[in-house]
Amino acid sequence: MQIKASAPLNHVYGPQIPPAMAVIQRGDSTDMNILRMVIYGLIVLFAAIAADWGRDLAYSVHAVIVMVVAAGLLLWEIRSYDDARVPVDTTGYMDGPIRAGVIATAFWGIAGFLAGTFIAFQLAFPVLNFDWSEGYANFGRLRPLHTSAVIFAFGGNALIATSFYVVQRTSAARLWGGNLAWFVFWGYQLFIVLAATGYLLGSTQSKEYAEPEWYVDIWLTLVWVAYLAVFLGTIIKRREPHIYVANWFFLAFIVTVAMLHVVNNLSIPVSIWGSKSVQVFAGVQDAMTQWWYGHNAVGFFLTAGFLGMMYYFVPKQAERPIYSYKLSIIHFWALIFLYIWAGPHHLHYTALPDWAATLGMVFSVVLWMPSWGGMINGLMTLEGAWDKIRTDPIIRMFVASLAFYGMSTFEGPMMSIRAVNSLSHYTDWTIGHVHSGALGWNGLITFGCLYFLTPKLWGRAQMYSMAAINWHFWLATIGIVLYAASMWVTGIMEGLMWREVDANGFLVNSFADTVAAKFPMYVVRGLGGVLYLSGALIMVWNMWMTIRQPEARPVNAPVPAE
Amino acid sequence: MDTYSLLRQFADSWALLALFLFFVGSILFVLRPGSRRIHEAAARSILRDDARPPRDGAPSGHDASRDEAREEAV
Repeated sequence: MQIKASAPLNHVYGPQIPPAMAVIQRGDSTDMNILRMVIYGLIVLFAAIAADWGRDLAYSVHAVIVMVVAAGLLLWEIRSYDDARVPVDTTGYMDGPIRAGVIATAFWGIAGFLAGTFIAFQLAFPVLNFDWSEGYANFGRLRPLHTSAVIFAFGGNALIATSFYVVQRTSAARLWGGNLAWFVFWGYQLFIVLAATGYLLGSTQSKEYAEPEWYVDIWLTLVWVAYLAVFLGTIIKRREPHIYVANWFFLAFIVTVAMLHVVNNLSIPVSIWGSKSVQVFAGVQDAMTQWWYGHNAVGFFLTAGFLGMMYYFVPKQAERPIYSYKLSIIHFWALIFLYIWAGPHHLHYTALPDWAATLGMVFSVVLWMPSWGGMINGLMTLEGAWDKIRTDPIIRMFVASLAFYGMSTFEGPMMSIRAVNSLSHYTDWTIGHVHSGALGWNGLITFGCLYFLTPKLWGRAQMYSMAAINWHFWLATIGIVLYAASMWVTGIMEGLMWREVDANGFLVNSFADTVAAKFPMYVVRGLGGVLYLSGALIMVWNMWMTIRQPEARPVNAPVPAE
Repeated sequence: MDTYSLLRQFADSWALLALFLFFVGSILFVLRPGSRRIHEAAARSILRDDARPPRDGAPSGHDASRDEAREEAV
């Protein structure tokens, strides 16, 4: 069923005009320019009042940031008022926000890895919690900065950029909504800056992975709705009869994260001139809502969204279709049906009723099956082309990423079992589990996508240096192994020390004993972080050289299998 | 009946049944006879040139690959 390219496509490509004239004006009326100027001006005014009346430092600083951004936009609008008629070619794909997203992913990745490595050493050497930075850059303030930088800034930018790339290619249509995609990109960066500065200044609602306060939550909701509109709009105007499976995963990620974000952040601000808010839920209901959110942030942000990447970029890089398209659809439905119930396993041995914790545990264990189905589907895509693991460092990165996905989706269900959880919960084992998933699965697949996208988006034949990709791969992999292994050892040791009792039934170890015993493993973990960060720095250099070179030199031609 | 008990009863019965049937139904639908060709065409649809959208009137990559799949099936 081929869509006829005539009148019905006018809404896609604008009015039919000869190719030589296929350059469409930006279509801005001066009324719109003036309206925007008025809105920016009002925002500057409101933010200036808010900065003055702010009840806490974080709020006032945020008001100043908003004021500066709005004033900058106002100036830019005024300066470009007369030369606003820049023609924009709207016949091709819209890759500008994707290029920006690729750069932002690399930038926030370095920032997040640096923060993570630093706080790892803060735990090993508490003296790094400097006196002069106490209250701003001690572990407690930097830890949410690290988690949000890697998950939402690094991972989120990677998801937005790849989803915009994939939805255009698989729909054979330009992004819907014109400059709305740019609003999504810059709006998301503003969210990141507000969240990060808020953590340092103590603005938090104390919900893990949902720390930002009410006004930052509202801003993210606006950006996210625009993101959904751009993505869905592009799918609706697609020129393909079928919606490729990667888009299903991306769409599930966008829709579910919107739902999770809104429900978990239901709160009432104390004042519109301050950052403090009060949660609507309380007690165990609040805890359950938080971990329903928290686990599905893993399930839909770090899993479904990144599986969307996997289902496009692994087949593309391997130049083979996905192993089984049927399995990919079953994978999709099984994953989204099961994941949403798994959250209660974070609340074993708490005030949460046993039936709810058992429900979460059972669904977590069942979830192992679709996860491994997806891993097998990705790995078996290389069937008949296994030599590419040796010859293509990008494929190697994807394969290692899927291997870590398989490992952490086995480890997770195991740790969700109540008996195992009694040993593992509150120990470093949990941290190790999270990082084998985040560094291994999310990190490596994102690096692979950046290596795929950078030459394509800047019109180069391939990355500047294949050897550097190899170096990155090994530094990252050895870094993850050091990280995960040290956290297994220290986590299980810690769990066993906490439960050790003497003949009279008294606990043998104090908490400080476990902290002292963990020191060597903390140093190894920090070194793993250094390796991982070094690999990412090599990637940034490689991307820089690829983009800068007028013509990337073919460093390494594909080697045929021996 | 209070809201909690009402919702709990609904969730444990009709909602559970509906979700389960949708889930099983979606798997059966994927495995339906005759879907293999469509799925293979969809799987191949991403392997075409991705630098620019197809020109107006040109057959899309999907249709071309579906033709290939049909030829292979014959």
